[in-house]
Amino acid sequence: MNAAISLENLTVSYRRHPALHHVNGAFERGSLTAIVGPNGAGKSTLLKSMLGLVRCNDGRVITHVQAHRIAYLPQQAEIDRSFPISVLDCVLLGYWQAKGNWGGIDAAMSARARQALAAVGLDGFAGRPLSSLSVGQFQRVLFARILLQDAEVILLDEPFNAIDARTTGDLLRIISAWHAERRTVIAVLHDHDQVRRAFPQTLLLARNVVAWGDTDEVMCEANLQRARAMAEAVDEHADVCEVSEAEVLALSHEHEHEHAHGHAHVHPHTHAAPAKGAAQ
Amino acid sequence: MSLLSSLHQFAIEPFQEFSFMRRALVAAFALALGSAPLGVLLTLRRMSLFGEALSHAVLPGVAVGFIFFGLSLPALSVGGFVAGVLVVAIAGWISRHTELKEDASLAAIYVVALALGVILISRHGTQLDLLHILFGNVLGVDSEGLVLIGGVASISVLGIAALYRGLLLESFDPSYMAVGGGRSGGAIYQQVFLMLVVMNLVASFQTLGTLMAVGLMMLPAVSARLWHDTLPAQLCNSVLQAALAGYAGLLISYYASVPSGPVIIVCAGVLYAASLLLAPRGWLPRLLRRPHLQA
Repeated sequence: MNAAISLENLTVSYRRHPALHHVNGAFERGSLTAIVGPNGAGKSTLLKSMLGLVRCNDGRVITHVQAHRIAYLPQQAEIDRSFPISVLDCVLLGYWQAKGNWGGIDAAMSARARQALAAVGLDGFAGRPLSSLSVGQFQRVLFARILLQDAEVILLDEPFNAIDARTTGDLLRIISAWHAERRTVIAVLHDHDQVRRAFPQTLLLARNVVAWGDTDEVMCEANLQRARAMAEAVDEHADVCEVSEAEVLALSHEHEHEHAHGHAHVHPHTHAAPAKGAAQ
Repeated sequence: MSLLSSLHQFAIEPFQEFSFMRRALVAAFALALGSAPLGVLLTLRRMSLFGEALSHAVLPGVAVGFIFFGLSLPALSVGGFVAGVLVVAIAGWISRHTELKEDASLAAIYVVALALGVILISRHGTQLDLLHILFGNVLGVDSEGLVLIGGVASISVLGIAALYRGLLLESFDPSYMAVGGGRSGGAIYQQVFLMLVVMNLVASFQTLGTLMAVGLMMLPAVSARLWHDTLPAQLCNSVLQAALAGYAGLLISYYASVPSGPVIIVCAGVLYAASLLLAPRGWLPRLLRRPHLQA
């Protein structure tokens, strides 16, 4: 398998409580994957750990593309929308990776930025201040910025929050176009129907990997039930986890032989959250 | 004609007649040029109180410079700069390695630094020295001080111009920058920016004092944000307001025989009040609202 990003026994914890627990597997180059799971399942943490924005406690993330060829759409709460910048300038920041602090922006680039704005349905917004946009319009501006980035791997964290149905359709078409161009797209999503319709691959996460592979197989009722059973509150008296790295890696290698795509990986923990939640 | 000449006599002659007034004016203009744009960038990063904290944090360095070299400008400046950079570095290190946010760790460090500075100065100098350091005296700027202030202003303007795009992006969307250029990419812009802030505060403690230094940095910046939608306009507006406050403050302190530093800050405060009232994002336009347009 030609991987874009591989995860090896990845554990990320906040105050020793794992938000991601022994996650193992790989995103294939050119794949279009949805990450699905309940609140607190570690979906955003997984994206951030792939970007190096949070520290891995255990295991590692291996990115097989250059760091500057990865694009990221964060959950918008992290950006100040009252910043005094025009819509066009904001989109042009998509050239930061290519041009840096010093590189010039020429007329052709500006024209491409306007095309990108048109593609997300914001024709004629170029000169307006960012603060005049609605939440949904701002999200589309960030999509336009990614259009300029020419990234190999695109990570989207709940990209369709606060976006109306028509625009969601437009943006999904852009995502399909990226997929057709063999870019690797990974999106955190909540709408299961949307995932079934538009995303061939799914990673179902509940701190542990519940299932990872073809969407049809992953999104079955049994798996979803197991993900829902994840106890959202952490167990304050949880024991120290004693799964060894070799164990996890060996398990995933077995799975590689069984499955053509990805790793439908059932975690062996007895004290892990899903098992505990189901028992209660 | 007589009106013009009396205006000239009132507004320009004090600067023609006295060289200390001229030097003070040049110093105030240079500070306006250097500090005010940095203040705008600080407000954009929601770090409006950061300058205030830092202006106190430089005190122990100033005190150490004072203890070893007396009231020598280069010694006080270097001491203050080193202390400021140290405090920023320690606060940054703490916030990276613990759960504390940068403002919290800075709040903890700067009061300790301020207390240390006061202890150091009161152990080794008189009350008068302390007052001089805390409140400064713009009328006492000598040519050595002018070179320092002018140099710092030049470095700030050139620095902001050269790193404009990076500084803007680092303020606007740091996580986007971190993804693009690796983790160190954004940190460099942040560090250069904070060093510029420290440099300007150190330069202005000579003229306005550590307690007032932050006023000329933040007040025009905050009012400028009420006037414009774009960053370049806000930057220019803040410089103009700071320069105007400096000029008016010097003139008033000359005629009323009151300390110049506080008067300059009060003038900036008056401009802030006027902006609150009159600026497009201010109070009056809300009161006189015009009918809305068709949907």
